Amino acid sequence: MSGHADVIVVGGGIMGSAATFFLRRRGRSVILLERGLVGQQASGTNFGNVRRQGRFLPQLPLANRSRAIWGRLNELLGEDAEFLATGHIRICYRREDIGALESHARSVEEYGLKLELLSQNMLRDRFPFIGPEAVAGSLSPNDGHANPRLAAPAFAYAARRQGAQVRENVEVLNIEKSGEDFRVETASGEAFRAPAVLVTAGAWAARLSAMFGEPVPLVAHGPQMAVTEPVVYAIRPVVGVYSQVTEEGVYLRQVSRGNIVYGGGNRGPALIDARRAYVKPQNTLRQFRQISRAVPALGALRIIRVWSGIEGYLPDMIPIMGPSAKAPGLFYAFGFCGHGFQLGPGVGDAMAELIDTGATVTPIEPFHIKRFAAAPAVGAQAAARP
Amino acid sequence: MAEPHVIVVGAGPAGVRAAETLVAAGLRPMVIDEDACGGGQIYRRQPANFARPAEAIYASEAGKASAVHATLDRLAGRIDYLSNTLAWNIDDRLLYVVNGMAAAELPFDALIVAAGATDRVMPVPGWTLPGVFTLGAAQIALKSQACAIGREVAFLGTGPLLYLVAHQYATAGGNVAAVLDTSAKADRVAALPMLAARPALLARGLSYLRDLRRRGVPVLDGVVPAAIAGSQEAGVQCLTVRHRGRAVAIACDAVAMGHHLRPETQLADLARCDFRFDPPTRQWLPVVDRDCRTSVKRIYLAGDGVRIAGADAAEIQGRLAACAALQDLGRAAPDIGAAALRLRLARMDWFRRGLARAFPWPWRLAASLPDNAVVCRCERITAGELRAAVRANGAPEVNRAKAFSRVGMGRCQGRYCGHAAAEIVADAAGAPIESVGRLRGQAPVKPLPIAAKGAGLP
Repeated sequence: MSGHADVIVVGGGIMGSAATFFLRRRGRSVILLERGLVGQQASGTNFGNVRRQGRFLPQLPLANRSRAIWGRLNELLGEDAEFLATGHIRICYRREDIGALESHARSVEEYGLKLELLSQNMLRDRFPFIGPEAVAGSLSPNDGHANPRLAAPAFAYAARRQGAQVRENVEVLNIEKSGEDFRVETASGEAFRAPAVLVTAGAWAARLSAMFGEPVPLVAHGPQMAVTEPVVYAIRPVVGVYSQVTEEGVYLRQVSRGNIVYGGGNRGPALIDARRAYVKPQNTLRQFRQISRAVPALGALRIIRVWSGIEGYLPDMIPIMGPSAKAPGLFYAFGFCGHGFQLGPGVGDAMAELIDTGATVTPIEPFHIKRFAAAPAVGAQAAARP
Repeated sequence: MAEPHVIVVGAGPAGVRAAETLVAAGLRPMVIDEDACGGGQIYRRQPANFARPAEAIYASEAGKASAVHATLDRLAGRIDYLSNTLAWNIDDRLLYVVNGMAAAELPFDALIVAAGATDRVMPVPGWTLPGVFTLGAAQIALKSQACAIGREVAFLGTGPLLYLVAHQYATAGGNVAAVLDTSAKADRVAALPMLAARPALLARGLSYLRDLRRRGVPVLDGVVPAAIAGSQEAGVQCLTVRHRGRAVAIACDAVAMGHHLRPETQLADLARCDFRFDPPTRQWLPVVDRDCRTSVKRIYLAGDGVRIAGADAAEIQGRLAACAALQDLGRAAPDIGAAALRLRLARMDWFRRGLARAFPWPWRLAASLPDNAVVCRCERITAGELRAAVRANGAPEVNRAKAFSRVGMGRCQGRYCGHAAAEIVADAAGAPIESVGRLRGQAPVKPLPIAAKGAGLP
């Protein structure tokens, strides 16, 4: 089988699924090719944070665009991805970190994001479950969380209902320019053609960008996730720890059915060829200490499961997004460095706009792939989490 | 040269024989036992203040049980025995264990996992009512605490354990309301040539059946379970099945159910051992060679944790696994007469396949399970919810069905519901069972306290 469409999307994570959905809404014919099942890798295994505070500032317009879509996701898709605007609170353990929370709150205000700074006493009053080591907090009242197992498939299947061809278990082997079109070849011997191709292949995308002379230093890591047995619903906001110490940077949320999902700290190994990522037992034990510092009551619970997934990271900890610098008609959105879930709907919407109209109202220039054009593929320094 | 460090997980017949063989080779293995005092499930020991003679607990197997116990006791001081300890994860050559809140990271050069088995369960409407137990749990109550699970106990399911536990209850003075077997007489007739590989065992099984009948216990085969009736407050009140086209209602206040056994393979999964689909039993099993080596170097699997071949086979496999480990570590292995043991094991494996044929997993029942029947107890997921997840978005694989429906996501991680869930997914997708895969095992093997910590650990 083969096919022709206005756009071929390669990779059915939340970026590709959302882009497919929004391209369909713009009346474009789309073929989405997913090697496994949609939303199965990083998009389906992440923490489920719908968080704007703490982001790289130039990313906030995109995060805001995405947050607006999260708010009407059910109506758009006709499916519930369990988004809850519960608020997101960042806490810190050190007096010297309070300044960073304060200056971040000031900086994001010009992007329309209003944060509430909370003293230790205010924290204690409003969120009594937070541990005594927390010296201050920053609340983003309109952020929250959603179910990552449901969100990307909801976009993909909604796109399918609106006429997109969503093809699962179809692995793309090669993309090349052939006349006006791109020719996309699959492992099963199919060939698809389209004048535009969007690469949203996550941790696997570097191989495809390299085909067009745009190699990028993308590496894979696995988030270290765990979930507790269900208990009474008591923790409404997402809680994250702000710290320069990697181990301390854990985050947690409680789902309304009672389980507490958490992650953070050190990352684990991710094998992109085997398509498996693992939780290191040492990390599980490290997280125990840190998660109990953030919310001491968790020390009385047991975890019932851990999991990981395969996330693509770039050395400067921001994604690649926008048009190719080499091949007109080719677009990228990948390498979201472990913070792509919240952005997913906005990225899909912005990329659809960019492909459809040639421009997007949301600034995405900082994420252009050309920033790696001169840089060596290895040895780049990893920047601290923004 | 430093002594190689070998860890044995499990202190049932396989684990104890493995440890004994390692000690005979001059090693000091570590034995990890989830239980308090060894013996495993089959030869579970009664608490210290109980004084029943071995014959009262293990009947015809008392000699073997006592021998395994005596060996474990004799090994004291020559092994490091960690009781009440859960092995919850493996990372390369490190085993992670927890005892209460005390966690430890144990390096090993070889790991022999003899994790045993649990009941294989096909749900029936009402199986989550108070008073419904697995056959294994019903037997533990009797073996360990000399308790019955109810005053009038109905036994439902299939497999040798169905008749054994019912017989044990009857012998111990319990009231057996009925024994209801989902397998048909024709299954057992067809299996006879294979079961004849162990004539003594076959004769013993038949004697249980005769004895139950002599006591006037209704024993029906070829039944189709309909429902367990009762309420959360009153518990079980009645079990109904269909037998030869008519409904049969059994008044009872407890039900013991199970459909033969399934190996506890989580550690093998976490060690990343290869699994293969086993068509006769319709499940995925770890791949092992004839000496219990897995696909992962220095990881060995023995006993019912690999194949349900019973306690005698487990003792042999424990010895073979230990010898294989010694050999792979470059150590001289004691002469255990491996060639003869392998021959005996082959005969036992023939019998194992006979049991699977005689008491088949009643997979067809999954398709007829009503939509409102609970499949996953931990997450309370019904057959209907699981079918909807498969049909709505095309989840042709169990991990996908898990992601959409939460089936198998709870405390037991699908150890109890996984096989039935796979059958429901296959049926709803119209796909062969082997194509829907198996639930990926994740740590911890069982729930792990967040308060766990240990010296030298993060």
